[in-house]
Amino acid sequence: MAGAAPGGASRSEIYRGNGPRLMLPIWVFIGIFLVMPVVMMAVHSFLTKEFRGGVIWEFTFAAYDQFFFDRGLFGDEPPKIEWTYIGIFWRSIWQAGLATVFSLLIGFPTAWFIATRKPNVRPGWLFLITIPYWVNLLIRTVSMKFLIRDTGPLNEFLLWSGVISEPLSLVNTNFAVQLGLFYSYLPFMVLPVYAAVERYDFSLSEAAADLYSDNWTTLRLVILPVVKPGIVAGCILVFVPSLGAFLAPDLLGGAKTFMIGSLIEEQFKGAAGNWPFGAAAAMILLAIVLGVLLLHAHAQTRVER
Amino acid sequence: MAAPIDIRRFTGFRALTILCLVVLYAPLVIVAIYSFNDSTSITRWGGLSFKWYFDVFSGPEAPKFRAAAINSFTIALGAATCATTIATAAAVAMHRTGRFRGKTASLALINLPLMVPEIVTAVASLIFFISIGFKTGVMTIFIAHLVFCIPFAYLPISARMQSIPDSYEQAAMDLYATPWEAFRLVLLPLMVPGILSGFLLAFIISLDDFLITNFVKGAGIETLPTAIFGSVKQGVKPNIMAISTLLLGVSVVLVTLSWFVGRAGQSKR
Amino acid sequence: MKTILTSTALALTLASASDAEGKLSIYHWFEYIPQELLDTFAAEYDVEVTMDTFDSNEALLAALKAGKPGEYDVAVSGDYMVQIMADEGMLNTFEPSELANFGNIQDQLVDVSFDPGRKSSIPYQWGSTSFSVNKEVYGGPLESLSLIFEPPAELKGKVNVLDTSGETLTLASLYLDIPQCSSDRDQLKALNTLVQTAKADWASFGSDVAKDVLVSGDAAAGMIWSGFSAKARGEGAPIEYVFPKEGMIVWMDNVVLLKDAPNRENALKFMDFLLEPENAAAVTNYAQYTAGVKGVEAFLDPEVANSPESNPPEGVKGVFVEACAQDVQEMYDAIWTNLKKLA
Repeated sequence: MAGAAPGGASRSEIYRGNGPRLMLPIWVFIGIFLVMPVVMMAVHSFLTKEFRGGVIWEFTFAAYDQFFFDRGLFGDEPPKIEWTYIGIFWRSIWQAGLATVFSLLIGFPTAWFIATRKPNVRPGWLFLITIPYWVNLLIRTVSMKFLIRDTGPLNEFLLWSGVISEPLSLVNTNFAVQLGLFYSYLPFMVLPVYAAVERYDFSLSEAAADLYSDNWTTLRLVILPVVKPGIVAGCILVFVPSLGAFLAPDLLGGAKTFMIGSLIEEQFKGAAGNWPFGAAAAMILLAIVLGVLLLHAHAQTRVER
Repeated sequence: MAAPIDIRRFTGFRALTILCLVVLYAPLVIVAIYSFNDSTSITRWGGLSFKWYFDVFSGPEAPKFRAAAINSFTIALGAATCATTIATAAAVAMHRTGRFRGKTASLALINLPLMVPEIVTAVASLIFFISIGFKTGVMTIFIAHLVFCIPFAYLPISARMQSIPDSYEQAAMDLYATPWEAFRLVLLPLMVPGILSGFLLAFIISLDDFLITNFVKGAGIETLPTAIFGSVKQGVKPNIMAISTLLLGVSVVLVTLSWFVGRAGQSKR
Repeated sequence: MKTILTSTALALTLASASDAEGKLSIYHWFEYIPQELLDTFAAEYDVEVTMDTFDSNEALLAALKAGKPGEYDVAVSGDYMVQIMADEGMLNTFEPSELANFGNIQDQLVDVSFDPGRKSSIPYQWGSTSFSVNKEVYGGPLESLSLIFEPPAELKGKVNVLDTSGETLTLASLYLDIPQCSSDRDQLKALNTLVQTAKADWASFGSDVAKDVLVSGDAAAGMIWSGFSAKARGEGAPIEYVFPKEGMIVWMDNVVLLKDAPNRENALKFMDFLLEPENAAAVTNYAQYTAGVKGVEAFLDPEVANSPESNPPEGVKGVFVEACAQDVQEMYDAIWTNLKKLA
């Protein structure tokens, strides 16, 4: 990352001794207003729930127990593995994974196409890709909902052009959620892949072509392995935010398809009112995400060595 | 000798790129078009009209959206200003002060808001503010925004600093400038493009946030995204499309500005 | 650098200091009061009014518990929720003499079970919860809750259900003819099975969208409140509000005075204001329910007063949602959570 980059500028010691002082605001703000809250959330996940919101300061594993074990509707059956919450997490991972795959399938060709334009027009192309990301996520999600609703412009266009004879029911489906996630985070895929492709040494492809490899074989055997770090970075940048997304499932999935984000929100804002459980679910999500990032960092350091 | 095949060309990649752009822009363009629809029904086209824009500024919901807009822009301005200041200090520490204890940890800390999922930050902030008895309101939104704006402000500033050699400051200090003078009169002006684009990114990120704001906002306090969310839950109405189009315009202008500032900075060197 | 930080922080603190006089903070259902009426109140009493909205009684309770006390002055709460909030110690009391218009409350609504003698609440509006069906999609008889819980082929996959456990599970109990707040295991299991099976035929859960989905055609049948259905009909939805033979929910919404209300005086002024027949009628004309105030008739829109939704035929059974004991309620919560969490 930035600070570890080699090169004269970063190594400069011109204001030597001022480091800690200049870093102090970072430690104060992120330490107090992000690290501390996460620690308190961890503590809350071990507290007893108060009926309909709030906590009682008594230590218990009840929240995690509820997450992993099913004791029946009345709470007195022998514990079985509770698949529903694991299922929600699994479904979220699956949805986020599919959105990541879609993004890669569209994002890689786009990144490749841009990276092979003339250098002076590339920034323009990249700019076109990034603009939508900076538009309010809520507005983009609402726009997508409007576009694909049963009586929306997409269906009207398809009916008019004769592609379909019945309007497609897209809203309130898993597909709509995937589409929303894909749409939300697509630029995150294009940018890192582009950065990797731009650095790609095309003489490798030339060498492959000289050895009678056709383009698609070269892509598979030469290009993909070389630009893999960019692809992995792109996948992480799409996958991680998709996993905890709230707006896409809520607005496009009809609040019927629970994903991790909506499950957690329901514990605090909705009728469920079970704070320790919401905190526990958030802790588990955090653990998964940090796990993915650590795995990535680990793999990266191994490659660098 | 020309290669028998163009090694850079793959059949279908151009088409997929166009598809990518269509997917990214179609919903926004459609909403922008329909915001000029004269009809009250959002799906039927009833002719060109600006009436929903008038509605935004003078309709029955106008005071609500005006208050939300003022909150949104005040918070974004405050959060972006503070985040940029903090990030600038951090970037100087990172690139100009050599090794010190906790440097690696500091970098991890700067990037932490990017790694923690938004819903987790939202829940943690809510629990934190309630536990310490902080009254939720504009202040809590501001603090939460400030924290997650820091990495967005830091990235462009740090990227910019990486390409500024310290020889200018060395020269200044050889001529008896104090470190503070060297920073203020030499380094800071060189950093301006990075600082500006960092500020603009932080500003947009703050303006954009819904989830965290929705958790830490207090009674009667709305920002534009939470106000819009409240409205669209009951169905997309034409006035929402008009607000969306306006906000879309603001984002596009700011990003374009940030882009040109960044490029101007690059071409100067 | 530091000056910028501190001055910005200071400016924001000042901007958020809201203890000034002349304010009123309302926590209200969405789309339930005309903005003009709030503006009138604000102008008449020189009070700055802010309002947040919620979409279910349960969400109201959760939000008040998650917030700090003293954030809102008044809230609008359903009958059974008034009792729950009182039990939770969330309500403040007032004397009838503090409200000049207390006598305007309809006599039968003064001594209500959830707030005998009206110590913390005044009536707002009352109405019913049932469901509406798009007659262009389904032409059969409109008489049973089976259209929602065991929908015919035409309506399968096109049903919207209110996203609130209280009303949805109560209607389901009416359909199965089991009592509310039952702790009988077989009855609870039957209830659980019914909603789990029905969920496959439901398109979405949504309270705030209940009107919009019927108007836009996204749903062909939907659980809905009487006035909200009337509004949907007014916006062109070809629907009919059904009075099911199994019975429906009747409810009474109330303006409650919250504990630690920062602006108690203004809250009471607002309650008094809402007891003026003209103002109560303005709410009715907007939300299309029925006011609980004497003398509103003169101010009512005839179309609203005579709407089929507000005038059920003779002999329709109406029940109030009951507030269950905590251990029983937790079982109903479990059924609801189970329902919502499964795909």
